[in-house]
Parts: sequence; structure tokens; C-alpha cells
Amino acid sequence: MSSGQVVKRAKYKTTVKDPGTTGVLKLTQDKFVFKPNDPTSANKLDVEFRFIKSHKHTKEGSNKPPWLNLTHAQGSYIFELESFSDLHVCRELVGIALSKNGEATKVISEEQLSAAEMTLRIKLLQENSKLQRLHKELVASGKLTESEFWATKKKLLDQDESRKLKQRIGFKNSLIFDTKPMSDGRINQVKFQLTPEIKYQIFALKPAVHQAFLNFVPSKMNEVDFWNKYFKAEYLHSTKNAVAAAAEAAEDEDLAVFLKDDDILEIEARKKVRWVDPTLDMEADQGDDYTHLPDHGIFRDGSKDIPEAQNSLYKRTLLQDLNRQGAVVLEGKTLDMEMENPRTVAEILARRKQETADGVPDEERRNRISMTPIEDLQEQDNHPFAPLCIKDPRDYFDSQQANAVKTLDDSQAGMEQMICNLGPEEAYGSLRASISKIKTTGLRDPLFSPEVALKVFNGLTKNISSAKYHLGKSSQESVLDILPNTTKEKLLDHWVCSQELLRHFWSSYPITTQNLNNKTRRLKDSISQIYSKLEEIKVSAKSDLRHQVSLVVHPMQQALDAALLHYEADIRKRNTRAPKPNGYV
Amino acid sequence: MKFQIDDVTVYFPYDNIYPEQYSYMVELKRALDARGHCLLEMPTGTGKTIALLSLITSYVLSKPNSPLKLLYCTRTVHEMEKTLAELRLLHQYQLRHLGPAARILALGLSSRKNLCVNPRVLAAENRDSVDAGCRKLTASWVRALAAENPAVPTCDFFEQYERAGSSGVLPPAVYTLQDLRAFGKEKGWCPYYLARHMVQFANVVVYSYQYLLDPKVAGIISKEMQKESVVVFDEAHNIDNVCIEALSVSVRRQTIEGARRNLSRMRQEIDKFKATDAGRLRAEYNRLVEGLALRGDLPATDGWLANPALPDDILKEAVPGNIRRAEHFIHVLRRLVQYLEGRLETENVEKESPVSFVVSVLNHAGIDQKTLKFCYDRLHSLMMTLEITDTDEFLHIQTICDFATLVGTYARGFSIIIEPFDERMPHIPDPVLQLCCHDASLAIKPVFERFQSVVITSGTLSPIDLYPRLLNFNPVVSRSFTMSLTRDCICPMVLTRGSDQLPVSTKFDMRSDLGVVRNYGRLLLEMASVVPDGIVCFFVSYSYMDGIVNTWNETGILKEIMQHKLVFIETQDVVETTLALDNYRKACDCGRGAIFFSVARGKVAEGIDFDRHYGRLVIMFGVPFQYTLSKILLARLEYLRDTFQIKEGDFLTFDALRQAAQCVGRVIRSKADYGMMIFADKRYSRHDKRSKLPSWILSHLHDAHLNLSTDMALHIAREFLRKMAQPYDKTGSTGRKTLLSQEDLEKMVVGSMDMLY
Repeated sequence: MSSGQVVKRAKYKTTVKDPGTTGVLKLTQDKFVFKPNDPTSANKLDVEFRFIKSHKHTKEGSNKPPWLNLTHAQGSYIFELESFSDLHVCRELVGIALSKNGEATKVISEEQLSAAEMTLRIKLLQENSKLQRLHKELVASGKLTESEFWATKKKLLDQDESRKLKQRIGFKNSLIFDTKPMSDGRINQVKFQLTPEIKYQIFALKPAVHQAFLNFVPSKMNEVDFWNKYFKAEYLHSTKNAVAAAAEAAEDEDLAVFLKDDDILEIEARKKVRWVDPTLDMEADQGDDYTHLPDHGIFRDGSKDIPEAQNSLYKRTLLQDLNRQGAVVLEGKTLDMEMENPRTVAEILARRKQETADGVPDEERRNRISMTPIEDLQEQDNHPFAPLCIKDPRDYFDSQQANAVKTLDDSQAGMEQMICNLGPEEAYGSLRASISKIKTTGLRDPLFSPEVALKVFNGLTKNISSAKYHLGKSSQESVLDILPNTTKEKLLDHWVCSQELLRHFWSSYPITTQNLNNKTRRLKDSISQIYSKLEEIKVSAKSDLRHQVSLVVHPMQQALDAALLHYEADIRKRNTRAPKPNGYV
Repeated sequence: MKFQIDDVTVYFPYDNIYPEQYSYMVELKRALDARGHCLLEMPTGTGKTIALLSLITSYVLSKPNSPLKLLYCTRTVHEMEKTLAELRLLHQYQLRHLGPAARILALGLSSRKNLCVNPRVLAAENRDSVDAGCRKLTASWVRALAAENPAVPTCDFFEQYERAGSSGVLPPAVYTLQDLRAFGKEKGWCPYYLARHMVQFANVVVYSYQYLLDPKVAGIISKEMQKESVVVFDEAHNIDNVCIEALSVSVRRQTIEGARRNLSRMRQEIDKFKATDAGRLRAEYNRLVEGLALRGDLPATDGWLANPALPDDILKEAVPGNIRRAEHFIHVLRRLVQYLEGRLETENVEKESPVSFVVSVLNHAGIDQKTLKFCYDRLHSLMMTLEITDTDEFLHIQTICDFATLVGTYARGFSIIIEPFDERMPHIPDPVLQLCCHDASLAIKPVFERFQSVVITSGTLSPIDLYPRLLNFNPVVSRSFTMSLTRDCICPMVLTRGSDQLPVSTKFDMRSDLGVVRNYGRLLLEMASVVPDGIVCFFVSYSYMDGIVNTWNETGILKEIMQHKLVFIETQDVVETTLALDNYRKACDCGRGAIFFSVARGKVAEGIDFDRHYGRLVIMFGVPFQYTLSKILLARLEYLRDTFQIKEGDFLTFDALRQAAQCVGRVIRSKADYGMMIFADKRYSRHDKRSKLPSWILSHLHDAHLNLSTDMALHIAREFLRKMAQPYDKTGSTGRKTLLSQEDLEKMVVGSMDMLY
């Protein structure tokens, strides 16, 4: 779908009942165009996706034809596609296109959601209890509107959508051989259930049956007879009577096809074995085993099992079936299509098989020797993360201080940023000048006084050491673990909540619409609410835990503080400064 | 990293080393210095193989004048490939640090089946037909014929290799079997004969146990190995069984019939030769008068499976007069086959010693002991004279001669057991005459005598004092190493009860109990829902596995299990099992994991690793005892009791537990790896059983985990998996070090090693 364009035959209907106009539907990322086959028809369409609010489609497997429904302000466009696979392709593209235009669309159709969207949201909430709690806390109390809440969770929604589209369904991992004969006990008759799905699986599992189907149907017998024979053979198997099976097979040569071991499988196995990782190849072992020449070694010491009975030809075991089942499930479905006509399925399967023909095994196989070196003996240098450590506290504080000064500047000086048009020469000159100045005078005055630094440093280390004292030896335990459960949970709730609010808060800057303005105001209120709640927790904590609690609460409060400060500063700024040209409100 | 052990600079291809690997090397070096044999037990997953290879190659490098050679024996071909892959890693490292001086030639050797590149020969189904197919194209008389008549087919690869003559050598490097084949294809040379030839010059040879232990093979492959060799038997916990099997033969009805056919065919050939080329038979006669020693002059392609363990002095003796003439020999064999057939017709189980058997052969068939002893070589010589190339057709008569030679050679350590039917299937008559060896030391004796150092090593050699007795040798070093773990990365548990609190066991009277079967099924089901990635299950036997899986299928448990993971099973068909394993790995690589059902003492338990995500849990269903009613086992137990004063029960438990330990040990490969082991049988909770497990498992078996039910085991599994998911410090700096860097080692040399243990 990366091409971003899809052209499909479709029927356009204005209403559900409308028989429809046949034509060609062309979808791109931005718009869709419908050209009727009859050029005189009035039903030409050329619509951009930004006018489309949502899309719906009929479900595969329901008895409805493959419809794609694109809703716009006044009604909807309905297209009937030729097949569900076409529909999937179109749907995917529409999904992408709509999500691209999503921002714009969302603004217009704020509270009108398609049913599909709604159910998806509900599902997400049901699956994720945390999300649900958050939703209750924020939306139900009116701190955020529904759409605001979901706007930041868009990824969650999209991911879900795309996952649904991408994943192909594989085979069920249940024994198809299990199609247990249903016998009602009264008449001497057994019944089997057979669906296209099962047929397909039988073909995949048993190439011999598949081959026989291609050979016999419809030239020699019709389909019903074929499956009758097949299940007769299956039934003989299920009775576990190898002798009877052999007798039946001798009488009816067609039946024998189903009862005998699968030659195709065997040949395939031989081929595959040549590709196997040599460190697994047990066939090679057998080829090297001179002790077990026939009649050498110990023949009957009880550790070995009794050799197979004579009629092994007609005795397929459950174990073999299980292995085959696993292999087929692992290979997955090779085709994704309607399974209406077994004949076509069979043919396509046969074609696929030929495509995956053999190559030269030896070289590739050499690369398959799985000699994984012992992991932990190797140098551990390729870690994707850098260890967090502050090597030089002085350095660290300096840089932090610089940041702090900068933010201070920002908030105090407001928008007074100089518009400098310095050329590179000038900048270079000034840099040189300051360097030489430092060279001559040295860095005599650090950015802030050593006493202050010492105080801060001491304060920090005190905290660290006391925390360490309380936390015992293990580093896995955190401060939270020593708090009583209710406090802990309350804290965690507030933490999640405040994070969510802050995210909304910061994402609404710069304020360009009235909407955002209102939103920030609301957010500010809830932030200050949480702030006071945190304060409460801090005060109500027991004296021995108070310090720990405040340690936890402090950074949260700081973050909230920063938001509040920013809000105040922003308000002030906007009040003092007159309307701005760039659409500022 | 590189470091010193006394005067040897050891090159180790990793940046760190486990302390036990270091101690292992120290002990190994001591044995090499003392030129004696040693016995070393080190837990699986501590990098035994690489430690061993590093030390021995470095040892050779530090003594450039010594002709020391390494013969590394593995049990299976896939282990061979793994070992060679590790050796290549090491070799590359040594080349980087030492340059061309470190160059060695290392190669794996296997049968024609695994090395042949001639598509015509390779088309044959099994090993014997490949061998025969090769002989058909390369035997000296076939080639002589082809020289006259170009229509006679020969093998191009072999001809080109012959033409290359002395320049037909492998350049120094490390060759796996795959590499050998690729090299042969590229040059157009036969990889099999090239490898056979290069074995004499190689610094390291990796091959299967039987190339040293089985006299049939050892005689041709290993006869030119010099005394200054270090022989390593890796994963050697089963070595006594391999030795015993190597010297055991059984004769069945099919053997007798086949031998008859072979004899008449040979009779015809003799008549034909008499008519056309009587001189050839006379030449053979004269050669036999000279003695068998001349056999060495035969061209390599005519090489035969050699005599089972004939002492050298016998080879110089002349062949007894009564079998020197071809038709006389055929006559003797006919009488022997006749006699054996008569013995097979029995109603009862018979047990006899070789001595009384030889006497009765003399009385009834008129063949004396010395004649019996020479049968194998006489047959070999005759088939050579008759220019028989389809050797796979003649396996039956070879078996008979093999049997005759063994019976004629050994007076003790063997017994002959004749059974009219299998105990477990008394309604099917299938008489078998078995010559079974009880004394493991017989087969391995020549190895101990011939080579300077023999190293026997494995993850499970407990009790370590038993092996020297079974194999009858005196190790200069015999040690068992424990594992220093950074964290508790293995979690053995003994599960005695199912979820309904009823005991579970595979004891004979309980194994078919539906409750037990259901409890085992529930255990697996619950575990499959909790454990990520691969789960491996071991059952006590194929028939038990077959039964229990069928019952699970009927009761629907299997269906539920399959909803969690894919299921793959070891069957008696190796091709199918190999593919199942391959699929199992694929499933573990890409999805929710899979379950592999396997059998203790089976091929998979022998040497397939289920490390990392390929195995997070092993369940051992039951105690893998041998079938104790087997006559052969009883005879062996009797022999062990009489000769070594080992109690029957003790030996059976020892044997079962070493198999169990072997099965569960497959799950762990390095200290960074982790896995759980469940011993699901109430008998494991008994001290006398449990204490036979290797110490590295026992040390992790907490008292609280000795008597669990399914729900408790499930809880422990959850906790364990959660714990293992946490990050940890690999070097184990709290307490003692479990990972040493080069610096640590240098520091340690100054101090003493005893710090560690």
C-alpha cells in the first residue's frame, strides 16, 4: 500500500437500496475519484478525504456484500467492491488517509464518532484497567473532554487499527484429524463435518490427498465421492485396525491412496533434511553409526523398544500427525483468499509448491551451524544505553545552573529576545575576544558562590544517605515499598493523573485558539487541585515517613509548579501585550 | 584473553572466563604433564568443550617440538559439528594473536554417507548401500578393470584424488564435515578418502566414539594414530554402554537365512573362479599360510571392517589349516550356521558362558576354538579374493563370523543368551541368540594402553569413583567441579503429587492409572500456560510416550495444550525427528514457543541442546529405569555384582539417575542462561534416589522443593521466571567472583587458586 494509490472496480450506491452504478474507484492519499463505466452517468465523484468523517465496512463472513461506507456531513458514499480482499486494500488506504487528515477532521466532527470508533475506544478501556481509571478520573470529572483525552492516545487507536489489518490468520492449532466421526448410535452410519476451511487444511496437511484430488476430481469421480472415500479411509484409521485397513486398501485402489503413507511427504522430508542445521542432524548420526550394524550391538536389552509391527504401511501414528500439524501451522497459510472452490484452492496450492522449489543446500547449510558463543564470557560493551552517572558534581551543577538561569531569563524578560543579525565574522570576533579575556583573567568568579554550591551539595548528599539508610541493602526496593499501601496507591494515582494533565497542558502551548485557552484554564484548575492534594498527603503522612513521602512528592510538585508558573507568566504576557498578528488569540 | 598456567600460555577466545573453566584447565594440564589418564566432571553449561580445546591446543603450541595430537571423540555427528565450530572460533583467535605459527589442521571424520559427494553413490538410502556403492566404483579390481575397459564406471572424484597423488592434501585450517564436502566438490577430490588420508597428519581429529572403541572400525581408521595423542571422550557418561555394545552381537532367524544365501552365492563364485582363474585361489592360500599380517598391504579402498579386537601376535600366526582352502572354509561356516539354527529352536530362555558354548560347538559341529577365532579375517580375505563389491548384501555372514571370532577370543566378560520371544510380546515367536558383553573395560582397554592421555569428561559422572572401576583404569586426576553461579539460574523441583494431591509416578503398577496420566497432563498444561518459549518433556520410553500422548488426545488435554504451544515429538524415524526438532526451534524463534516430547535414552536426549529460549523448562516424567526384566540386563547386573561388588539396585538407580540428569542438563548452556527442571515422580523425593543426582543439581534443590504438587510447582515457576527477568550483575561481584577477566587471573596467579574453592 506504500504506492498510496489503489484502483478497484466498484459499484457506487447513493443509498443501501440503490442497485448502484458500476465503475472504477481510484483512491489516493488525499482524495478518491469514482468514474462510472457509462461516461454519461451523472454519478461521477471527486471528493477529498478531508470532507470524510469516518468509514465503515461490512464484515467478512457476514452475508452482506463487501461494502465500503464513507460518511460525510450530509450522508454517505457507499461502494460495493468485488471481493473482500479488494475491500481490505481499500479500507487500509482509507484508514491511512483519514488518519492523515485526522486533525482537521477531528476538529470538525468533534463529538460525532462512528460506532466502530466508539466500540474500539470502549474495548481499549475494557482491556486496560489503568486507562479506564484515568479516563474516569479525567473525563468523567470534566477535566478533559472525551476527544481531548483520546487525542493523545491516538497511537493506541491507530496501532490497534493497523494490527487488525495486518495480521493474517494462520491455521488453528487443533488436530484436523480430530474431525471426530459423529455417530448417533442408532444407525450404522457416521457423519463428518466438512467446511472449506477444513478442506484447505487437509490439503495442506496431506499432499497425497491433495494430489489425488487434482488427479481424480472431476475426471474420475465427483467431489462428493472423493470426500466420501477420504473419510472412509479416515474412519478406518480411527478404528486403529491396521489389518482391516490393509484389507480394504487391497480391494479398492483409490482408497489405498488415502491409507498408505504419504510418499510426497517423505520425499519432501528428505529434501528438507538436507537444509537442517547440522548440529541437529540426527540422520547423519545414523549414517556414522557402525555399532548398530544389523544384528550388532545389544538387540533386546529392554532399553530399546519393540520394532514396529508388520502392517506399518497402513499404520499412521498420532505422533506423526502431531508433528505434521505443527509443521503446517508453522508454515502458515500460504494464500489468503476465499475458500469457496476446493478445486481452485488445490490448483493454487500446487502452484505455490512449485515456486518454492529447491536450491543448492550445501553452502546455506554451512551458515546454519548454530554455534552461539557463550554470551556472558564476551565483552559487554555493546549495550544500547549509557550508564547514568554524574562524574563531576561541580560540572553537573554548573550546567544545571545555566539552564535555570536561562529559564529565569525567559520568564522574566518575556519575549524580549534580541533579533540579532550578527554575521559569522562578528560572532567569531566576539567569541575570540571573550576567550582571550578569560585567558588573561582566568575564571575567577564561578557562576555562583562556592558556599551556595556546598550547601546544595550537602543537602543532596544528606538526602541520598538518609534514603539509603532507610532503604536497606537491596537496590530493587524503592521508597514506595515502605509506604503504607493506601498512600502508595494514592500517590501512584496522582502521579499518573498529573502526568496526563501535564502532557495535555504543555501540548496546548502556544495558545492559538480560544479552545486551547479554555482548555489550559481548566487544566490549570485541576493541576492546582492535585497540587493541594499532594500537599495534603505530605502533611498527613506519619512523621517517620514524612520525609520519604516528601521525597516522592517533591518532584511531582515541582513539575506541577513549573506548569503553574508558566501559566501565570503566559497570562501576564498576553495581558500586557496587545493582539499579535499571527492568529494569536 | 590469554594467560599463563605454569609454563603454558593459554589462548582463550573470550574476554572473560569462568573460574571453574580455569580450574578445569589447571587439572587437565596436570594430567597432560603426568602423561596419564584423567576423569573430569563439570556441570553442563560451563563451557567444557572450549576450555578443553583451548588448553590442549595451547599446550601443543607451547611445546612446538612435541608431536602431540588431539583425538576428540563425540557421541554424535551433530556434536562433532558443534565442536569443530567452536574449534574454528578458537583457531581464528589464535591466528590473530600468534600469526601463521598457530596454524593447525583440524578435521572431522565420518562415514561415506556423510562425506560422499558423488551424486550416484549418495542416492542410496542407507549407510551400508552407500558404502557398497562406493566400493563398487573404487575397489582396486574395479579400477583395474576400468583401466582396460572404459565402459566400466568409476568415481570421478576418487580418480581425480588418486591422480593428484602426494599433492592431494588439505591446507591447514579447521574443517567441519560441510567444509570437507565443499572443499572436495571444489577440487573434484573425494572428501572421504582425502579425510581418511589427512587424519594421519592432522593436529586435531574429531570423530565418533566408535572409531576408537569399536574394533570393527578402529582397526582401519585409528591404527596409525601415534602414542603421543590425547584422546578425549566428551559427554562420556554413557561410555560403558558404548563399549559394551561395540562387542555385542545377536543372531536372529533373518541372520541365519541371509547367511545361507550368502554362503551359496560364495560357493558359486568359488566354482566360477575355479573354472576361470584357479591361480587366484591358490595365491590366497599361500598368503594365508604366511599369516594375516599382510592385510596391511591392501590398498586403502579395499579396507574392510577389521577383526574385533584380535591381539597383534595372532595376526602373525598362520591361519589354521582346515580353513585355508576356500571351499573348506565355506563348509565350516555352513556347519556353524546349521548349529546356530538348531540352537535358536528352543522353547525356553537359555543362558550360557562362552567357554561352554565353544565346547558344545566343538562337540556338535566339530569346529574348534582357534578356527572360530579366525573366522572374521578368513571371511574378509575370501571376499577380497572373490572380488565381491556388493558388501551390503553380505552383512549376515559377516555377523556370523563376527560372532564366531568373539566367542572364540573371549572366555569371560560375556554371556550367550537365547530367548525364544520378547518378554513383552510373548505371542510373537522371534528367537534371538545374543552374545552380550558385560565388561566395558574390554573394548576400551586398547585405547588406554595405546595412548598417552585419555580424558573422560561429562556433566554427569557421579559417582565419580565408579567409572574407573567399570572401565578398569587408574586416572592420575579425578575431579568433580561444582558450578559457581552468579544467580540461581537453575531451579530443580521434585513434583510428587498432581493437582488433586494424589501421587504421580511411572512405577509399573501406577503408570497406566488414568489419574496419574491426567495429573501429568494437567501439569504440562498448566506449565505451558505459564512458561514462555520452549518446554521439553522427557518420557521413560517410546511406548510409554505413545500411550500417554494417545490418552491425552482422547481426553482432550492435548487439545488444550495445543492452544498454548505447538507440539513436536521425537519418533523412531530419525528424519522425522530431525525435522520436528528443526520446526521446534523455528517455533521457539518466532512465536509463543513450543513443546518437544522426547524419550530418555533416546537420540534427542543424547546430544541435542535445549539452551536459551529453546528450553526454559524440562519435565522429566518418571524415573527412566531400564527394563529390569531383560535377561541381558540381569546377566550384566550379575556380572557387576560378582566382579565389582556393585549391588544391582545401586547400579540401576545410578543408571536411571544419570539418564535423568543428562536429560534435564540439556537446558542450560551458560551462566547467563536459565531454566527449570521438574522431576515428576514421587520416587525422586526419596533420598537414596535423589542423592545420585550430580552435585550441581542437588545444590540447587531446596528442601522446600522436594515434595511439591502441581499448584505449588506452578507458583514456584512463576516466581522463578519473574526473578530471572530482572537485570543482574554478570560478574557476580557480591561474594565471590563468577566471571574472571584477564586482570583477575593475573592477580590470582600471584595469590593462590584455593581462594576459589
